[in-house]
Amino acid sequence: MHSPVLLRRQDAPARDLEAYIASGGLAGLKKAREIGPEETVRMVTDSGLVGRGGAGFPTGRKWESVRTAKDPERYFVLNADESEPGTFKDRQMIDVDPFLVLEGVLIACFATHATRAYIYVRGEYRREADLLQRCAAELGAAGYLDGLGPEGHALAIEVRHGGGAYICGEETALFRSIEGYRGEPMSKPPFPTVAGLFRKPTAINNVETIANVPDIMSRGAAWLRSLGTERSPGVKLYSVSGHVGRPGVYELPFGVPLRELLDLAGAQQDLQAILLGGAAGTFVFPQDFDMPLSYEGAQQRHATLGSGALIAFDHETNLWRVAERLGSFFAHESCGQCVPCRVGTRRQHEMLEALAEGDGRGSERDLLVRLSQVMTDASICGLGQTASTAVRSLIDAETKGLLAV
Amino acid sequence: MADTFQVLIDGHEAIAHEGETILDVLRRAQVETPTLCTHEHLTPAKACRACVVELKGSRALVASCERKAEPGMEVRTDSERVQNARRGVFELLLSQNDVSTAPALAAQAESVGADPGRYRGQRYEKGFFDDNQLYVRDYDKCILCYRCVEACGPDVQNTFALTVSGRGFDAGIAAGFGESLPDSACVFCGNCVAVCPTGALMDRREHSLRAEGRWDEERYDVVQTTCSYCGVGCQLELHVDRASNEIVKVTSPMDHSVTHGFLCVKGRYGYSFVEAGGD
Repeated sequence: MHSPVLLRRQDAPARDLEAYIASGGLAGLKKAREIGPEETVRMVTDSGLVGRGGAGFPTGRKWESVRTAKDPERYFVLNADESEPGTFKDRQMIDVDPFLVLEGVLIACFATHATRAYIYVRGEYRREADLLQRCAAELGAAGYLDGLGPEGHALAIEVRHGGGAYICGEETALFRSIEGYRGEPMSKPPFPTVAGLFRKPTAINNVETIANVPDIMSRGAAWLRSLGTERSPGVKLYSVSGHVGRPGVYELPFGVPLRELLDLAGAQQDLQAILLGGAAGTFVFPQDFDMPLSYEGAQQRHATLGSGALIAFDHETNLWRVAERLGSFFAHESCGQCVPCRVGTRRQHEMLEALAEGDGRGSERDLLVRLSQVMTDASICGLGQTASTAVRSLIDAETKGLLAV
Repeated sequence: MADTFQVLIDGHEAIAHEGETILDVLRRAQVETPTLCTHEHLTPAKACRACVVELKGSRALVASCERKAEPGMEVRTDSERVQNARRGVFELLLSQNDVSTAPALAAQAESVGADPGRYRGQRYEKGFFDDNQLYVRDYDKCILCYRCVEACGPDVQNTFALTVSGRGFDAGIAAGFGESLPDSACVFCGNCVAVCPTGALMDRREHSLRAEGRWDEERYDVVQTTCSYCGVGCQLELHVDRASNEIVKVTSPMDHSVTHGFLCVKGRYGYSFVEAGGD
């Protein structure tokens, strides 16, 4: 039985600084300040930590580019705009251990010489935003932000609320939103570490990613590598929902078979399928339930862990109806900037509606695949590029005769 | 020279200059590339995706109008992925927009082999706005290329009357908070009309003549002159009906060193005095 690391305060949340310190908090920050920014980044790199928001980019490499950037003005941004359907692990993370998240932010700012930290919280997460705001103020009042800012000043941490747009979780759209513009993605390159927020070098990390950092500092890089698999070190949070007996957030080391997570969450033995990785993820069928939950394990089965969202569906579920809901989601959340996504998500949804109603003309599947290629190849950002991933996996599964309804 | 370097276009070597986009290189190499949103005097909006190319090392296709050329880049424009994406872009636009006043778009759609009937579904019903004396807006024709927003904003006019509002399929160009143009910050310079590629924005005169079936570019001479309103010296092109000797439209050449194609309300629309009676 895995004893939780990130969620270790789940049963006794530390929502004030005193309780956090009493239960071992801030040891990571202390360590970082002892060894300095360069060594701090080295430890994060050595730990093999990669981004938990979905893209899986090595955190240490991101930090190193910002740390060594020429421009003295640079930013750290915490991406707490958790909006992927079926994903609610960051909310839980903030709720049960807000100071662990903030300690990670302080270490990141220290390591990258950030001149200011922004925390961008999903608009609906009002309570979590307030909690982070209050906890940041507590850290400031206790002097823990002193000397972390530019020229030895106290670090400023600014909590920003999202306005209800999924696209603002995309990092470049998130920057535009903080800057006060319409949340539209920008092209990469230039990457955020070169020209991010206000076109300054910026390190941006997901909540779960940053929550790993304090323990990497206090327990060492080898500690993270002692968990999980060789290519996916550490633990992962999963948001499990749908046809399971005990929906919720689960923490497991990488490499545990999918079946085990389903059992933990009290899933029925004869599920039809799960949607893994959120709306931009793929459908996974029982034949692949032995899949090890790791980046490489998922990749081998042409799936993706994405944000760690898992939605279970029983045999009563019409998966085309599920696909139609996903199609509706993307059509609603497309920012409208580029043609393949703006028009493509609408056309995709219209075809999925016909298929879900069972009155498709028969040609939709071919056209959906064709459209999927256009959206995946030509859209500006990840939204349009992955808006048809789940649909593609469903069409593949149907061809193989895996659908129940 | 230090500021030139080589890139590979469809396997052939081509010279690129520092600061050029991939599209600049393609054009000089005479590789035909469809474009809709990009404009010589405006920041690339990289929104239409008609000019996408395959770039070695890049997972998705990249917009050639925006991406700067770099030494050793390997670009493909002739691959199936590129052809499929470009065709897809035009097929999607044709399934959404009224392109009756966008002959250039229709021609490019044909040249990439787009099938106008590929996608069915809801078309744009964004409405026709006739709320001022100088130009009309037919947003069923708008392909959201962002040119008008950029011309109204930091690229030319710095008026910021026009913006994008709404999202997804419902995104569209609007004067802030859904105001009519006369109530907005609009100064009626008409520079948005000058850069609109689809006729979604159209001078009132042209719109009226088209509505009456009397718009015929064959009948118009273009007369070059200098604007007489102030001392800036803007070059004007008066489009004059040969038969009636009436001015039907005023533009400025995009390559003119003073205007770069942009004018003010007086130069573009204040021409009726020319036709005023002599007594």
